Amino acid sequence: MSENPWTRCNNCQRILYKEDILDNFKVCPACSFHFRLSATERLTMLFDEGRFDLVDQGVYPLDPLNFVDSQSYGKRLEDSQKKTSLLDAVVNAVGTMGGIKVVVSAMDFAFMGGSMGSVVGEKITRAAERALREKLPLIIVSCSGGARMQEGALSLMQLAKTSAALARLENAGLPFISVLADPTTGGTTASFAMLGDLNIAEPNALIGFAGPRVIEQTIKEKLPKGFQRSEFLLKHGLLDDVVPRKALKTYVVRALRLFLNRAQ
Amino acid sequence: MDITENYYQLEKPILQLKERIDALGLSDDPGKTEKIAALRLEIEQEWAKISPHLNPTHIVHLARHPKRPYSLDYINALMEDFMEMHGDRRFADDPAIVTGLAFYKGETVAVLGQQKGRTTRERIDRNFGQMNPEGYRKALRVVKLAEKFGFPVVSLIDTPGAYPGIGAEERGQAEAIAYNLKVFSGLRVPIVVVIVGEGGSGGALGIGIGDSVAMLENSFYSVISPEGCAAILWKDQNAVKQAAAAMKIRSQDLCGLGIVDKILPEPCGGAHIDPDQTYKTVDEHLSRTLKKLQQKSTDELLEDRYQKFRKMGIYLEK
Repeated sequence: MSENPWTRCNNCQRILYKEDILDNFKVCPACSFHFRLSATERLTMLFDEGRFDLVDQGVYPLDPLNFVDSQSYGKRLEDSQKKTSLLDAVVNAVGTMGGIKVVVSAMDFAFMGGSMGSVVGEKITRAAERALREKLPLIIVSCSGGARMQEGALSLMQLAKTSAALARLENAGLPFISVLADPTTGGTTASFAMLGDLNIAEPNALIGFAGPRVIEQTIKEKLPKGFQRSEFLLKHGLLDDVVPRKALKTYVVRALRLFLNRAQ
Repeated sequence: MDITENYYQLEKPILQLKERIDALGLSDDPGKTEKIAALRLEIEQEWAKISPHLNPTHIVHLARHPKRPYSLDYINALMEDFMEMHGDRRFADDPAIVTGLAFYKGETVAVLGQQKGRTTRERIDRNFGQMNPEGYRKALRVVKLAEKFGFPVVSLIDTPGAYPGIGAEERGQAEAIAYNLKVFSGLRVPIVVVIVGEGGSGGALGIGIGDSVAMLENSFYSVISPEGCAAILWKDQNAVKQAAAAMKIRSQDLCGLGIVDKILPEPCGGAHIDPDQTYKTVDEHLSRTLKKLQQKSTDELLEDRYQKFRKMGIYLEK
C-alpha cells in the first residue's frame, strides 16, 4: 500500500492532509469530527510524554463454542489480530498522567468492533484488581459494540465479572473514571462504562444500550436526530460531561487531583 | 425421525393427553387416579419419542411457551402472603417485573420476578416481560430493603431482554442494569436466582447475579436473542436456527461452561405439562439452597459470590 498523505473526513468530506489530523489528536481541523483511535494511540495521548508500561499481556482469546457464522470465530480472531497487532480488543497499561500514577484500559474498535469476550472481561477485571492492589486510580476508555456474540453467554458473564471488580474498587474508595468514545453500546455500556465516579464522553459518540436499528425495528419509528449521542446523554443526566479529545487529558488530570486531595 | 422445526406442532399429542388429565381433574370419576396415571404414562411415552430429537430452536419455543408457568405462578404456588411492592420511587412502576416480600417456609424473603402476561391485554400491559430502567431500579430498591432487614433474595428470570425503546434509553437502561450488577455483586444477603423461562441477555443479568444460579431444564440463557444474533451475524432472519445452535444457550451447555450451577429437571413435555411437579422441583431447590447459603458468614458469602463470577470466561494464558 502506498502512503497517501491525503485523506477525507468521514463527516465534512473535506480532503485533509493526514499530518494535520495527527497533529490535531486525530480530530478534523475543519469540523471537529473525532476519528476513531486505536488503543495504542489512545494510551499515547493520555500518558505523560506518551510513555507507559503494558501490563496483563499474554491473555489469548479462544473459541470455546467453536462458533461459525458466515466465517469461523477462529478466523475472525486471526484476522483481527493481524490487522491490529493486538491479541484482543483491550490493552492495559500503567504510567503517569500529570505525574499521577494510574492504570488505564483502552479498548480498540478495530478488533472485532471492540466487542467484549472472555479476554476483554478478564483484562478489565485485572485492571480493576491491579488498581485495588496498588491503590491506584483506574481509567477505562471504552469503544465497543458490546458483548461478543461468538462467545455466547460467556461474554454476557463478563458484564457481571467486571462490575463486581469495580464494586470492590468503590468499596476501597479508589477513583474510577470512565471515558466513552464512539461507539459504546450494548453490554459494555450496561456494565463498566456506566459505572464511573465520572462518566465522560467524547463529542458526538454513539452511546446506548440497544443499537439504533434495533430500537427503530421495535418501535417502528424513525429516531430523533442526535438520539443516543453524547450530547443527548448529557442532557438526560447520564454523563458528567462531554469532553473534546484535545481537552481530555487535562480534564482527567484535574479530576484526579480533585479526587485524590483527601485528608489522610 | 423427520421432525418439524415448530415445537408447538410437535407437542400436540402431549397437549391432548394433558387436556384429558385436566378434564379428569374436575370430574368425580371413581377410577380417576388410575386413569390419570395411565395418561401420564402415555405422556412419558410420547415425550420419549420426541425429546431425543429436540434442537435448540425447540427449546427456545418451550422456554417461550404461552402456557409455561410464569414468575407469579411460582410465587403463588411456593410462597405465602406475597406483598407486592410497586414502583422505583423515581419515575414509575414497571409491570414487566413484580417485586415484594413474602413468607417462604415461615421466613421472610424478598422476591423479584420478571413477569409476562397470559392474555393479549396482559402481555401488552407487562410489555412482554421486557423491563424498562424503572424496573431495574424497583428491583434495586427491594434488594436494598432485603439487605437492610437481612432477608434473602429470590430472583426469577423470564424475559426476552431489556426493552429497546426511546424512553428506556433516555432514562438510562444501560446505567440501570450496570448499577444493579455492581450492587447485586456486593449485596450482603443470599441471592438465589432461577431462570424459569427466557434468560434474555443483560435484561436477565440485571437481576441475575446471585450466589446460586439455576435453570429449569428447558429454559435458555443467551447473550442476545437468537433472532437478534441471526440478524446481525447472518444478516438473515431465517438463520435463527443456526444462531440458536451456535450460541449454546441450553441449560446443559451453560452448566458445562460453568455459568449455571444446577439444572432443575422438568416433567415430561415441559414445565407447562405438569406445573405442580415443576413447582415442587423449584421448591426443593430453593429451600435446600437457601438453607445452605444461610450457613455462610457474610464475608464468606461475598467472597464466594465474587469468585463464582470471577472465574467465568475461557481464554489462554502464555
